[in-house]
Amino acid sequence: MARKMMRGTVAALSATALLALGACSSEQAAPSTDTSNGDEQMAEGGDELISIGFSQVGAESGWRAANTQSIQDTLTEENGFDLNFSDAQQKQENQIQAISSYIAQGVDVIAFSPVVETGWDPILQEAKAAGIPVILTDRAVDSDDDTLYESFIGSDFVLEGEMAGEWAAEQYDGEGFKVVELQGTTGSAPAIDRQQGFADAIAGSDLEVIDSQTGNFTRTEGKQVMEGFLQKHDDIDVVFAHNDDMGLGAIEAIEAAGMVPGEDIQIITIDAVKDGMQALADGKINYIVECNPLLGPDLAEIAKAVIAGEPVEKRIVVEDEAFDQEAAIAALPDRQY
Amino acid sequence: MREITRHALFWPVVALVALLAANTIYRPDFLGVTILNGHLFGAPVDILRNAAPLMLVALGMTLVIATRGIDLSVGAVVAIAGALSLSFIATSPNPGSVSTVLLAIAIALGVSLVLGVWNGFLVSVVGIQPIIATLILMTAGRGIAMLITEGQITTVTSPAFKTLGSGFWLGVPVATLVAGSVFVLVALLVRRTALGMLVESVGINPAASRLAGVKARTIVWTVFALSGLFSGLAGLILASNVMAADANNAGLFIELDAILAVVIGGTSLQGGKFSLSGTFVGVLIITTLTLTVTIVGISPLVTPLFKALVVIAVTLLQSPRIRESFAARARRRAARPEEVSV
Repeated sequence: MARKMMRGTVAALSATALLALGACSSEQAAPSTDTSNGDEQMAEGGDELISIGFSQVGAESGWRAANTQSIQDTLTEENGFDLNFSDAQQKQENQIQAISSYIAQGVDVIAFSPVVETGWDPILQEAKAAGIPVILTDRAVDSDDDTLYESFIGSDFVLEGEMAGEWAAEQYDGEGFKVVELQGTTGSAPAIDRQQGFADAIAGSDLEVIDSQTGNFTRTEGKQVMEGFLQKHDDIDVVFAHNDDMGLGAIEAIEAAGMVPGEDIQIITIDAVKDGMQALADGKINYIVECNPLLGPDLAEIAKAVIAGEPVEKRIVVEDEAFDQEAAIAALPDRQY
Repeated sequence: MREITRHALFWPVVALVALLAANTIYRPDFLGVTILNGHLFGAPVDILRNAAPLMLVALGMTLVIATRGIDLSVGAVVAIAGALSLSFIATSPNPGSVSTVLLAIAIALGVSLVLGVWNGFLVSVVGIQPIIATLILMTAGRGIAMLITEGQITTVTSPAFKTLGSGFWLGVPVATLVAGSVFVLVALLVRRTALGMLVESVGINPAASRLAGVKARTIVWTVFALSGLFSGLAGLILASNVMAADANNAGLFIELDAILAVVIGGTSLQGGKFSLSGTFVGVLIITTLTLTVTIVGISPLVTPLFKALVVIAVTLLQSPRIRESFAARARRRAARPEEVSV
């Protein structure tokens, strides 16, 4: 029931977002910029573009590609933004360099997804001294001084693990099912938090995690580790993979071992990228908790509010849906990523 | 007995047997192979299948290292070959047809060969040091692969292409058969003809070889071209294994694994003598090690440390100086009672 409601709200939200986009692009034909944009949130002068510098982690996964797409599609000139986008190729020093050049350029807002959690204080203090507000997306920074950034927009990874675990406990409690876990990159926030959330949620049920190994968020390693698990254990009932890609690799390994994924071995994953949703609709995965990459609209809204001097929430949790097989079949035709 | 322990491959084989034994302790039927759905199934089969891509890359690397070179670009070529083939199949009107798949494979192998030739050109004609020459493609190559896949992970459904990485022929994995045939072919080529000796002579002294009438430039060019071609084949197998072209992660760090396999196998980075059978054992050690981590249940936190310890142990055992000092100590211990009696 609660899930249904959430799904409703998210659908409504994305519908409004689409409408807004549609409205903006229809105004594109207007001859000059000063007549366009009736947006009330554009407090400063109305027709002035907000210059925003965004430093992305990289392009390491399908999820990240969808995230980049969302940001580039939302922060457009028609929406009142002048986006300066840079790709850090998974390196912190590249991000720090990008941010300091944004400070030098004197952009209105800086936004970034930190590659790692620590080591950001000096550069963020520089931004603060220059009076440039900073917004974090997707990943957080670990700092004692939370005045260094205005807001953090992103999913709650612990909650994602919990949603996966709760569904598993609800479905399989009482059967004595054995679970193997394919972890994300060792030490990364999503891997730590999803493992934690899942473990918390199945505590009290008779589900048991019998083995857990890293598959580095990739298909190849997900498949290899699953092959090892299948050689090692005879009694695997459930696979919990920290992302779709590893789950898709596990499907290959399970099929090669002569079993039917989704039936002989149940599969639960997180992310809900297109290939994962397709596998869910095909019955090869049993449940997917979404990790929503479409952060562009939220970022646009917060950036405008910050520039307008309105108070913003320090932590904005992006609502994540969850899909079972029927929901996937229903949702698949309209998925944007 | 002494001849056996002195054989260059003795210690690598001991390491491999020890790894297999460790797995068997944790999983008594580890070495068991059964027949499932008409093909072989079991951990040894998994090892042989997963070893195929590394085997191909290490084979090319052995020849390159034998000429005193090194090829860092193999991982990038793996990514490009996977990206090219899957992108081609994905955009073709008929992804499942055998002719589409063969064409995709031909295109990917052709481009890989060209990339290898490019490396060879930089090294043998322009005279850039191999580590720098191949570093260029190592860095640029992943960018090229990203361009081909447009930053997405390209996936396709094509049973014909899937056969290469996951299929079986007469019960044996196709990937293993492909890598095995290439291995045998190269072994025959270098050991039954003078080619192997020419490669070694170029590795030992390129100038002297040239003066002696060996076409050093052509030899170097050829081994880099072969390395590119074999890496491309490895990339096809890896892409077909999961039916996805991941420009960022496909073949990531495979150059390091390949160099490691070559070194474990007893080929010197100084060039000159090389051992294909040594590389074969080295590749099996590395692939078994990966499976061992899962079977023994080593925590992901200490996996890199565990792997490093095994590698250190194998390389130390192989080092002539370390072996010499062990032997000397053993001799002294054996000699001491006699001295007392005299």
